[in-house]
Amino acid sequence: MTEPLRTGTPLVEMRDIRIAFGGVQAVDGVSIDLWPGEVVGLLGHNGAGKSTLIKILSGAYRADSGEIRINGEPVEIRSPRDARAAGIETIYQTLALADNLDAASNLFLGRELRDRLGFLDDARMEAETRRIMARLNPNFRKFAVPVAALSGGQRQSVAIARAVYFNARILIMDEPTAALGVHETRMVADLIKELKAQGLGIFLISHDTREMMELCDRVSVMKNGRLVGTERVEDVTEDDILSMIILGKNPRREAA
Amino acid sequence: MADTASAPPAAPRRALLEQMELDLRLVGMIAALVLIALGFHLVTDGRFLTPRNVFNLAIQTVSVAIMATGMVFIIVTRNIDLSVGSLLGVCSAVMAMTQTQWLPQMLGLGFGHPLVAPLTILVGLAAGTGIGALHGWLVGYQGIPSFIVTLGGLLVWRNIAWYLTGGQTIGNLDPAILLLGGTNGTLGEGLSWVAGLIAVAAAAWALMAARRSKRAHGFAVKPLWAEGLLIALLAAAILGFVAVLNAYQVPEARLRRTFELRGEIMPEGYTEGFGIPFSVLILIGVAVVMTVIARRTRFGRYIFATGGNPEAAALSGINTRALTVKVFALMGALCAISAVVAQARLTNHTNDLGTLDELRVIAAAVIGGTALAGGVGTIWGAILGALIMQSLQSGMAMVGVDAPFQNIVVGLVLVAAVFIDSVYRRRLGSRP
Repeated sequence: MTEPLRTGTPLVEMRDIRIAFGGVQAVDGVSIDLWPGEVVGLLGHNGAGKSTLIKILSGAYRADSGEIRINGEPVEIRSPRDARAAGIETIYQTLALADNLDAASNLFLGRELRDRLGFLDDARMEAETRRIMARLNPNFRKFAVPVAALSGGQRQSVAIARAVYFNARILIMDEPTAALGVHETRMVADLIKELKAQGLGIFLISHDTREMMELCDRVSVMKNGRLVGTERVEDVTEDDILSMIILGKNPRREAA
Repeated sequence: MADTASAPPAAPRRALLEQMELDLRLVGMIAALVLIALGFHLVTDGRFLTPRNVFNLAIQTVSVAIMATGMVFIIVTRNIDLSVGSLLGVCSAVMAMTQTQWLPQMLGLGFGHPLVAPLTILVGLAAGTGIGALHGWLVGYQGIPSFIVTLGGLLVWRNIAWYLTGGQTIGNLDPAILLLGGTNGTLGEGLSWVAGLIAVAAAAWALMAARRSKRAHGFAVKPLWAEGLLIALLAAAILGFVAVLNAYQVPEARLRRTFELRGEIMPEGYTEGFGIPFSVLILIGVAVVMTVIARRTRFGRYIFATGGNPEAAALSGINTRALTVKVFALMGALCAISAVVAQARLTNHTNDLGTLDELRVIAAAVIGGTALAGGVGTIWGAILGALIMQSLQSGMAMVGVDAPFQNIVVGLVLVAAVFIDSVYRRRLGSRP
């Protein structure tokens, strides 16, 4: 895999992000960054704070304090709309699809195409959906049925198509392969590589450390809301990452 | 379809429905309605499907059907509105007081002044929309379950209506308002035909426009003959309905009176049909607007998306709280429209106007295929549901079924309809 050039300004910088729910400090002073053409993995136990951190970037939560910069510019992300406007697209673990709507309606949800009179242009939306799906998942045929009738992989390709269609510069993928079979997981992995080659920055959340070692350039490990450390994958072994996740420290760094 | 030739004998009929791309549920509901109508027609020795009874059925259905279209949106967004009957009551009370007391006393507009009716309806719409928006705000922004908000509303608004009118029946309503109730305001034969032809042309245009748009993007369209057959069926239904309403003759005594009022003498053998009642035109207008909202606007798309997966809708940038306010406000506005029709039909505002309507409205929506789990429902389904319930009720009354049994049957039909619907959905393989 080609090494992204970490020069100039990072695509995303999150500085000293904090958020608390009730008395629990879910994210406690975490700083991470992301460069164009780079895949950064977020690892940690359930409840380590990685999904919460990423939801702050995607506009689902608002941080109590901290700063977010996109291309060096400070931005306020108050809602999912703001995040999308900043070129950030998110593929959620739960897929975030409306089961009762068809693929095109889901793909354009919140950003519907309309005709001259301001009415929904369903035919054009379906045509565009067919166009993007032909690229992402050529076997996809179920355009006219609610997505409830689709398989896990088909649903995933709708969710990914939604992120890709709108020319995201920053992609957040929360467990994109959790519900998928072997073949479909391969498909998502290939797609991640393709998007990376196009210069997108990708935050990837997964529990599968082996997959992370393969797909990511760097991994950031979180535990109890704090950042344990960020390492380039070629500098660490899978065991090192596991000890960071479990013990909250990097044995190699400690030894050095 | 390559396998049509080798299909089993039962297939051709299904293939026909498939080629016409008709919704199986729609076909089923129309079949149920036809069965009910024919059944009562036989049992009552041919009294059910008379022009007079069809006319009455139509005007009795309007008020509940208008509210049922709004209830579809409420239920689709996983809410419920138990207050619509009381809301109708309070809107009717406000409008009755506006036209008989407040406008004459405050603005000096006398009985029959041309501004009374429009101002009254505006006041009623404002009251209904405002109360609905309040409900929606309590549900959407304050997180109180809609069941509780509208259960409270059921008691509050019913009794505010009582307080406003002192419990009195208010008659002497504005003549222009009375036109909207049914027999007192109809298009007449000629204009009814014109309206029917316009409706046929509009339906044909809408179907062909959808076809053109699909074609333009290179999608498969159904064969032209199927499109033509569908248009022909629609035209027959619309014009048949007009013909029946036109066949209902205005009573001779009443015709004589109108001639006398104009200072003329009625010619011997003169007859006149009622035609389409204004209240039915209002329902048709509401149905068209609500269907367009549901299928062709962002607002409608967001209503269904929110019902299907509220979290996904919110993550897509949809303001689901504001959406809740809008949906309840729309419901309130529809209650106000229903209130105009209801008071005009009875030519009075009565203290119990709309009592138990919430149950009829919810039942109509649910019989029409609206799923209480949210995300699924159609406007035409709710209207057909209202029509089926009204047909059952008035049919049983004609047959002379005792009142308790009438309600027992309606209750059973409600449960049976939902049962059949859930079996149908399971067969389709989608979630219940």
